[in-house]
Amino acid sequence: MKFKRTIRYEGELDRSLYYYMLSLPEGEGIIRCIQCGTCSGVCPLSIYMDFTPRKLIALVREGFSMDVLSSFTIWLCSSCYACTVSCPQEIKITEIMYALKRKAIEEGVYPRRFPVPVLAREFFQMVLRNGRSSESLLVLNLILKTNISKALSYVPLGLKLLKTRRLSLKKERTPGASEVKAILEGLKEGGP
Amino acid sequence: MRYAYYPGCSLKGTGKAYEKSTLALFTALDIELVEIPDWNCCGATAYMAVDEIASAALSFRNLVLAQEMGMKKIVAPCSACYLNLIRAKKIYLGNGPAREKLCKALEKANLEFDCSALPEVLHPLQVLTEDLGIEKFKERVKRPLKGWNLVPYYGCQVARPYDGYDDPVYPVKMDLLLEAAGAQVISDYPLKTRCCGGSLTGTIENVGIRLNFLLIKEAKKRGGEAIVTICPLCQFNLEMYQGKMEEKFRMPVLYLPQVLGLALGLSPEELGFQHLVYKPHMEV
Ligand code: SF4
Ligand code: SF4
Repeated sequence: MKFKRTIRYEGELDRSLYYYMLSLPEGEGIIRCIQCGTCSGVCPLSIYMDFTPRKLIALVREGFSMDVLSSFTIWLCSSCYACTVSCPQEIKITEIMYALKRKAIEEGVYPRRFPVPVLAREFFQMVLRNGRSSESLLVLNLILKTNISKALSYVPLGLKLLKTRRLSLKKERTPGASEVKAILEGLKEGGP
Repeated sequence: MRYAYYPGCSLKGTGKAYEKSTLALFTALDIELVEIPDWNCCGATAYMAVDEIASAALSFRNLVLAQEMGMKKIVAPCSACYLNLIRAKKIYLGNGPAREKLCKALEKANLEFDCSALPEVLHPLQVLTEDLGIEKFKERVKRPLKGWNLVPYYGCQVARPYDGYDDPVYPVKMDLLLEAAGAQVISDYPLKTRCCGGSLTGTIENVGIRLNFLLIKEAKKRGGEAIVTICPLCQFNLEMYQGKMEEKFRMPVLYLPQVLGLALGLSPEELGFQHLVYKPHMEV
């Protein structure tokens, strides 16, 4: 039987992510974390996470950068802000989760074909083109790109939507979509 | 009372009943909602992961459009839109590095506006409880919803992290409105603001369904006959994913304006009840 080492030696740690977080207005708070665990206690998703929010913060601080960026935790966070309003140190945990998602996408380390980043990308493209998103089309695209083998299991849901006349495959579009595009493309040119 | 109305993408799609009932209720209460004709997507939460500034810039354009209409207040019924519009404003009025980037983006798109008078962002719940007032609403009730056991479910992003016009974990404003409508409110429902999973139900389905299951199970346990929501995503998740739960966990999931509208004497059709999968069995 082969064992996989799960601990890290000091020499393997990399604090770059910690310093990066400290440079962000929403991230600098992690220096104040007292590891009380309140965030993990109130988080409705912590039981499904590989690292709870408290643990994630400890890992960032200690230099487990890659473990954090490739974790499921950041993609499971649903941005419900329960942790943020409960943290005794007023740390903006939800914003930290967002910042980590962005960093993970930037570094390209998110789990492959994992639907959350794909949803984010599809959404961006749709808004870039039309100024608005058309939910049903968005979901359809998502299923096709990540989960085609499970597409059939969505049929009952689709039927329910059809029956209640809530399924619309019409493309929603802002009359001023070109202005929206200008905003988004202006951002791109300016660089990050 | 007159407001700019920002529907957002959901209210034009799967959240149709929310739009219909909100407009009908507000008309009945003589509150005018004028849709921002050229509105664009608010940048919703999925977007935040890709680009925070782009998301803020998108939302900000809607604030500018409302201002062009001469409106001081903008009503956003979807929780995600509500949060994002406020957030864009906060970034703009703050002094972090995000502000600089946002300003550059707005400049490039030649958006002109008066920065000292950006419109205030309100959720319909705020309009009803603060601008109109619960007492005023009560005076208009024609058909009290006697014997309706309702569970008020707020979801997360209306209650927090911004603004604090109600408690971020155990809010009560919707409870008070439902009571004014004559319903029996299950006020001690402990999961009022516990997350419905948001877009997780579409991406990591088993986890999302589990969250919804807990919400419904608790509502049943406390004698609820229907859940009342104020967000299109909560309503969608709670209603649509019941199909994946046992038969005994069926429960109608209504929008607050649908319920309030009934109490004012509006018809179920006007309030979009035909778009619900599970119709309430209680008598009006
Ligand atoms: S609640 Fe705040 S202080 Fe406590 S562990 Fe979480 S982040 Fe740290
Ligand atoms: S915002 Fe994310 S980390 Fe915080 S409680 Fe909600 S799901 Fe958990």
